[in-house]
Amino acid sequence: MPESKDKMGIVRHVAEIIIDELKLEDITPDTFNPEMDLVDELGIDSMDLATIALVLQDEYKIVIDEDDYPKLKTVRLICEYIEEKLAAKH
Amino acid sequence: MKTISALLDSDWRDRYRRIASLNIRSSIYDLTNRCNLRCKGCFFFSSGEHHVTEEMDIKKWEGFIDREKARGVNLAILIGGEPTLCMDRLEAFYQRLPTYCATNGLIKVPRDKFPDMMVGISLWGGGEDEKVLRGKDTFAVSSKNYEGDPYTYYLYTVTPKQVGKIEPVIKRIVDVGLKVHLQLLSNDESVDGFSWRQGELADLRAEMDEMLDHYPQTIISSKYYHEVITTGMMLGRRFGWRECPSVTESLDNRQPPVRRLIHFYRWAADLQTVHRCCTSATRDCATCKDGAAHMSWVMVNKREHMNTTRDMQNWIEVYEMFAKLYRLIPW
Repeated sequence: MPESKDKMGIVRHVAEIIIDELKLEDITPDTFNPEMDLVDELGIDSMDLATIALVLQDEYKIVIDEDDYPKLKTVRLICEYIEEKLAAKH
Repeated sequence: MKTISALLDSDWRDRYRRIASLNIRSSIYDLTNRCNLRCKGCFFFSSGEHHVTEEMDIKKWEGFIDREKARGVNLAILIGGEPTLCMDRLEAFYQRLPTYCATNGLIKVPRDKFPDMMVGISLWGGGEDEKVLRGKDTFAVSSKNYEGDPYTYYLYTVTPKQVGKIEPVIKRIVDVGLKVHLQLLSNDESVDGFSWRQGELADLRAEMDEMLDHYPQTIISSKYYHEVITTGMMLGRRFGWRECPSVTESLDNRQPPVRRLIHFYRWAADLQTVHRCCTSATRDCATCKDGAAHMSWVMVNKREHMNTTRDMQNWIEVYEMFAKLYRLIPW
């Protein structure tokens, strides 16, 4: 489980995962706009999302339903989704 | 980092968004082992894929389709054998899932039961080639059955003997008010005189491009698809086992993992056996010219096309071609 579970910490960590998994260049977690549409701007597809979801599931010990992928449109929305899942566990 | 808005102007962005929201999960189903034709060069019979015991109980088909839908499949592509020999199975799919039927067109799908089901009619060239390869000129029958049908197009498999002769075939299709998509014969069955020779594919690519320019309202295609299918190359990479996206998921043990169609399966008509890929396992992947596999190859490599505006536009055009073939977007 990542050390920081506050909103900013999750946002940063999700951005790190996306950058690592998709091998994005010329961008850092600090410059990653959490409002950027991952499909309409970054061009990620369902296979990319599946890859990212697998890492998030491992890191946060949550289950991400495939039917929920369309909701995960931005880093901020992914962050909120993770927060909801974590809250539901407690 | 390249972004969509940095690569595309507003018109192209709109086209991109229209297809980016599609989340297609297709699988292929052999509806039957039987066919009313025996075509030279047909991979289904030459590879022995029909040697399974066909499930005859329609209730089992219905249960199977429900499980496929629960698995996430949202586009059923029905092949065979000849699917129209089993209208009850066809209907079971159509009532549950968006369905595409690949047929030789000799039997008409009744439109009162299947009003908007997409139908792709196989065509292997002009009348003479059809007689040599399929024993009859199927166009004479299929064109009568489907003339003017708004949910039907021809799937024209171009053979080496067709190079320089495509236009008359296209004109026949124009005359019956249908559309056409072009693909290539692989000929792993080594039918005499139907193997590709040096230079023919380059000539064919030029001819396909010219036909697309002349008949844009009839031909559902893109010049980038022509390039990829005739050269076997995409962005400097060569098509083959290490690249093919259309491998049945449960049989795909490639490492590192390959970009592929998510949850794609090709099921045999016993509803238990799975085939390796969208064509036959006897086919050499290095020479496979399967059109669907090549267009899917482009489609699953979206971000690899986000290098230049032209690359991204090429990707969009291929995806639009796919979406039109299944009427996911208008023609």
